[in-house]
Amino acid sequence: MKSYIGPIGLILLGIMLFFLFPYNLAFATRIIIMVVFVLSLDLILGYAGIATLGQGAMYGAGAYVAGLFAIHIWADPFAGLIAGATAGAALALVSGFVLMRTTGLTLIMLTIAVASICHEIANRARDITGGADGLRGIRMDPILGLYEFDFIGIAGYWYAFGVAAIVFAFLMILVRSPFGLALRGIHESPERMAAIGAPVYWRRLMAYVLGGTIAGIAGALTAQISQLVSLETFAFALSAEAMIMVILGGMGRLYGAVIGTVVFMWVHHTAAANDPFNWLFVIGALVLAVVFFLPSGLISMPTSLSRLLKGGSNGRS
Amino acid sequence: MGLLLNIIVDGLAYGMILFMIAVGLSVTMGLMRVVNLAHGGFAMIGGALAHVFGPQMGLGFLPTLILAIAGTIAIAMPLERILYRRIYGFGELQQVLATIGLTFLMIATVNWWLGSTLLAVEMPEVLNQTVDLGFRTLPAHRIAVILLGLAVIAGLWVLLDRTRFGLRLRAAVDNRAIASAHGINTDRIYMIAFGLGAGLAALGGIMGAELLPIDAYYPLRYMVLFLIVVAVGGLGSILGSFLAAIGLGILETATRYLVPEWSTIVFFVLVITLLAIRPRGIMGKA
Repeated sequence: MKSYIGPIGLILLGIMLFFLFPYNLAFATRIIIMVVFVLSLDLILGYAGIATLGQGAMYGAGAYVAGLFAIHIWADPFAGLIAGATAGAALALVSGFVLMRTTGLTLIMLTIAVASICHEIANRARDITGGADGLRGIRMDPILGLYEFDFIGIAGYWYAFGVAAIVFAFLMILVRSPFGLALRGIHESPERMAAIGAPVYWRRLMAYVLGGTIAGIAGALTAQISQLVSLETFAFALSAEAMIMVILGGMGRLYGAVIGTVVFMWVHHTAAANDPFNWLFVIGALVLAVVFFLPSGLISMPTSLSRLLKGGSNGRS
Repeated sequence: MGLLLNIIVDGLAYGMILFMIAVGLSVTMGLMRVVNLAHGGFAMIGGALAHVFGPQMGLGFLPTLILAIAGTIAIAMPLERILYRRIYGFGELQQVLATIGLTFLMIATVNWWLGSTLLAVEMPEVLNQTVDLGFRTLPAHRIAVILLGLAVIAGLWVLLDRTRFGLRLRAAVDNRAIASAHGINTDRIYMIAFGLGAGLAALGGIMGAELLPIDAYYPLRYMVLFLIVVAVGGLGSILGSFLAAIGLGILETATRYLVPEWSTIVFFVLVITLLAIRPRGIMGKA
């Protein structure tokens, strides 16, 4: 792929989303925020190979801290983003010290446990977080002092889009850097990387903290734009869905994370609108279909198809 | 004194339930190296079937229990053959994803079939009474559950330590390829072990319905709890699962009695601390 096609495609996608949902910009904005969140998970899961089902912990921490920061300290959007990012990074660092020592099932279970603890704390500290009612009353100052957050959500959409673009560009550079290559190496074989002298534990912790930072930014975005933080940000369902989006699109591919998110959110939107009760049937079947028939994700489809047409081996190899 | 006794009795009963449900998970993880997040689903299926056979169709307790467990095994074994066998060779993440997908399908099916309300399971009259120990009275249900749990661990010990099946199973856990080369039909061992684990989960789900109420979202709600038992016990270790389940059962009950507001947080923090010190669990191989 030519190097400029991808970025232009993404910008076109962003403009397209804006015009596709003129009456439902809130939904388009949610897609963009989910893209940021799923990108953070892709870094941890797809590049560093850290199996986590608790990425929502950092997302929720970012959302609550950004919300509280706006209410009590300063309502500037960018300052709020930094607050959210710091919260995500701090939580990832503290929990990562323990989590990165473990692998496999224990790691997965512990990541869920961290998110559960956060959920429980947010639920109990009702005076500060609003408990089950959610954190309300977030009023943001205009972006850069110029653009007011409007009722329809136009400013909010472009604000989220701008932040998502910066995050994407940052990750593009990061995964091509020596650090990104070290992560790939650790994913492929931690033993080999340790043998050639890479500090595996610290690289993994670093990746976890970076992923936590970006998840915190995504959380801050949702708090600022929807002006509400609910306990759902810590819910298991969110972390699980984000993981499904990463694998649906194609693990360890930044464009895959974007494609996976957009497709998943769109399917969710239509299926849940038609029949909210049977949504779990759709998602369950979708997940199994991806695992069995498209293990490298949607992004690998062109390659798989062309290989199939040429009569070579199937796409799984 | 009364409080301590309550904690110990309730905690032991709770731990036995956790053990029955989680032991199958531990064995399948140790044996097939599959991260099976859908395991709690079998406890739910057992409970749902018990709800259908018991309160809905009016069968007695014992036939209900037997039919529900048999029904769960009858669902689990073909599932192993058709679905699980294909994911054994997959990476960890694909396994997680596939079993989450399966969990969602189980939830959706039960939800569609029986609704999302609480699925009551009837206990026989005898277990609803209290037993007078002279100095205290205890609910018969708790005592029955504790005795049942002890019977299950004893039964498993006999099965694994004293029978040919157990010998083959242990061989397959230690090294599948070598076991297979010695003429052990590992595919069959896998399927039987899987069915056994699902059946025990169903038993635990039904007997534990009073402590862990059955509804469609059961597998997701208690997933972490079952995973914790396996992780703390050490993958594939039955004794480890037993000790972990009892310890965690008493720990969680104690936090519920002593610090009810913060029980979840205290419980998780203690578990995380333990796993930070022993990442492979108490009986895990280093």
